[in-house]
Amino acid sequence: MSQIVKISKGANIKLTGTAEKVLGNIEMPTSFAVCPPNFHGLMPKLSVKTGDKVKAGSTLFFDKYNEQIKFTSPISGEVTEIIRGAKRKILEVKLKADAVLAYEQFVVSSASAADVKSALLISGLWPFVKQRPYDIVANPSDSPKAIHITGLDSSPMAADYEFLIHGQEDVFQAGLDVIAKLTAGKVHLNVNANAKSVFDSAKNVQINKISGPHPAGNVGIQVHHIDPVNKGEIVWVLKAPDVLAIGKLFKEGKYDASKVVALVGSKVSSPKYYKVLPGANIKEMFGNEINNGARVISGNVLSGDDVSIDGYIGFYDYQICAIPEGGEDEMFGWMAPGFNKFSLSKTFFSWMTPNKEYDLNTNMNGEERAFVVTGEYEKVFPMDILPVFLLKSMITEDIDAMEGLGVYEVAPEDFALCEYGCTSKIETQKIVRKALDLVKQECG
Amino acid sequence: MKALNDFMQKMKPSDEGKFPIAWALWDGTYTFLFVPGHTNKNGVHVRDGIDLKRTMIMVVLAMIPALLFGMFNVGHQHLLAIGEVTRDMPVMEMFMDKFLFGALKVLPLVVVSYGVGLGIEFMFCAINKHGIHEGFLVSGMLIPLIMPVDVPLWMVAVATAFAVIIGKEVFGGTGMNIVNVALTARAFLFFAYPTKMSGDQVWINTSLNEGQQVVDGFSGATALGNAVEGGKSALDEMGASTLEAFIGFIPGSIGETSVIAIGIGAIILLLTNIASWRIMLSAIIGGLVMASIFNIVGDDGSYMAVPALHQLMLGGFAFGVVFMATDPVTASQTNQGKWVYGFMIGILGILIRVANPAYPEGVMLAILIANVSAPLIDHVVVQNNIKKRLKRVKTA
Repeated sequence: MSQIVKISKGANIKLTGTAEKVLGNIEMPTSFAVCPPNFHGLMPKLSVKTGDKVKAGSTLFFDKYNEQIKFTSPISGEVTEIIRGAKRKILEVKLKADAVLAYEQFVVSSASAADVKSALLISGLWPFVKQRPYDIVANPSDSPKAIHITGLDSSPMAADYEFLIHGQEDVFQAGLDVIAKLTAGKVHLNVNANAKSVFDSAKNVQINKISGPHPAGNVGIQVHHIDPVNKGEIVWVLKAPDVLAIGKLFKEGKYDASKVVALVGSKVSSPKYYKVLPGANIKEMFGNEINNGARVISGNVLSGDDVSIDGYIGFYDYQICAIPEGGEDEMFGWMAPGFNKFSLSKTFFSWMTPNKEYDLNTNMNGEERAFVVTGEYEKVFPMDILPVFLLKSMITEDIDAMEGLGVYEVAPEDFALCEYGCTSKIETQKIVRKALDLVKQECG
Repeated sequence: MKALNDFMQKMKPSDEGKFPIAWALWDGTYTFLFVPGHTNKNGVHVRDGIDLKRTMIMVVLAMIPALLFGMFNVGHQHLLAIGEVTRDMPVMEMFMDKFLFGALKVLPLVVVSYGVGLGIEFMFCAINKHGIHEGFLVSGMLIPLIMPVDVPLWMVAVATAFAVIIGKEVFGGTGMNIVNVALTARAFLFFAYPTKMSGDQVWINTSLNEGQQVVDGFSGATALGNAVEGGKSALDEMGASTLEAFIGFIPGSIGETSVIAIGIGAIILLLTNIASWRIMLSAIIGGLVMASIFNIVGDDGSYMAVPALHQLMLGGFAFGVVFMATDPVTASQTNQGKWVYGFMIGILGILIRVANPAYPEGVMLAILIANVSAPLIDHVVVQNNIKKRLKRVKTA
């Protein structure tokens, strides 16, 4: 029976530069890269070396600790360079694309769970399946108690998932059917209660209606309200557009990585949606659309990666943001009325104009301090968890306390709004990520 | 603005220099004049405009009405004492004389408090090699407001030094203190110099110029002092009835007398969501409950029989509840804990005040006791949250 979830805590940050619902025309670039840092918690081992020829779907690297999980190329072409960072950590596997893409052919069968899993693993689509706890790529040998798919993205300037799925409902359904085989429990499709949903006709799933401000679109928040994760349980999570790629694999037998993303932000001349491939070089594709002085983010402004204009579209991301890079000191900024600033507190005037769109830059607007103000994290954290106490147990690396306070349910993105509104400018998401890695390492 | 920025950059001492205090002073001035242009590196790419300085300046703003009223009241009480005005004359009579007299008495206290406090904080910054943090912006204003007007300046200096070093810096600075810094200063004076701080020596300034003399029958006691002796009738007689105590032209600490002025501050703090309404509300409820209990058991005409609402208007109750109890660092940090914490302050404040003959004002001690109990209250709330989660595992 479908559930109705109303999220009361949180906030929508309205920024200028949301994408118009039109699909723009763009040429595919030749420069691509698949970046292992996109996939947290993985120790990549290369399957290719510089100069190798690959097809779309060929394995580039795999996880050293779980060799079945393969990461494949989105395009056909040649491996041009492997970029390594400190301690020889692989940062990028750079590729040069052919003019016409050639695809690896996979023999896919959706007869049983094992067949589905092996198809997803060999084609490089498995990384779409992530898990709670720990917010990492799921382990195929686990049996999750449920699978949750979020059908909405509530982050600032988010892509409209319904626009992305529109017209491909049959592919989407094929993906859902296949995913349903992966668990003995339910597959939850969590959709926007307020929109006319393209998901209404989805079968084999339990459709739950979600309403409320950000972070209502975070799948972890949805899991918490519908069927929380307890110690020892595992839940697999995906985003609705990911299901399209899975559906295409099982319908066509190839890894067609193409996806629609939104190019947004106040530094974009004309924000729109574009059909791209993951790993595409942003400068080559959108160099003319993005103005100078921008910070280019793959993902949303709260949790995305600063890839710079020379970077590449991330595997998981459905939006690219270009916002003004700050850096200027502000005289008496802490006393000024600040009509251009959006604040979760009532010390600015933004609470009086809830529909106004703001053009925020990347300034910290202060310096890091100890925790002083109380109650501000709780206002934007819609889980039955004490966020500051959990965060403090993460800082002190107290694993027992973390377990007791709910570390198995959270992901860094759930704390993103808390970090946004933090008076003491604490790097919350970084602390959460480090703690999740610690608990995974110590507790399995 | 650019010129000022360039000037400040030119003056910047090296942080490896011979005088770390020079760097600390420069950094403090620079971050006071400018919000630095640091950009976000790990995590969110955009951040809220609020920072700790803005939060603190709102609290200071909320204290200004109490400060201004206090200055005027100091002058008013002084002129009443020497007979230049009487209670029948309109209060605004001789406004400028009263205000200027009061300002000349209060401003030195503010200067000493900020000077000593900030000086010590800068020294700790130089030792620990970090920039100055904003905690003392508020405490520096709170300390003068809870002092009686005739307190010697050297005592305020010693008390502030004690409060900043032992009450705050030893624990790690802003955000790490266990007890309220301003109340630590007040409590220090209360226990270290009791004869000077109680009774009728310090509450009303009776310094006399040539030719002036104190009015016949003048006693420098505060309203609470009189109420202990004579109950409600004594209060009405001295001009501290419920309404008069609400408006605030009664003797007392500088900032604590006018519930109206404090109320304006409370509205500012509540509208900007800086102070917790849970603590304020539960403290008022606690105070009313305790005072009502005393009303029921007390004999007519005694201190206990002073009506509950009147009891809350007297002494430091309003000031303590609005500005001291709501200090986020020392209060309970969980929303549920805040109800218990505030209620405890209300109950204990009135209880100590009425039942204990040695302490005419109980709110200071009640808040200090509650500060120390806040971690325990939070612990209970956290344990409940943990148990709830554990139960889910068992039933799942």
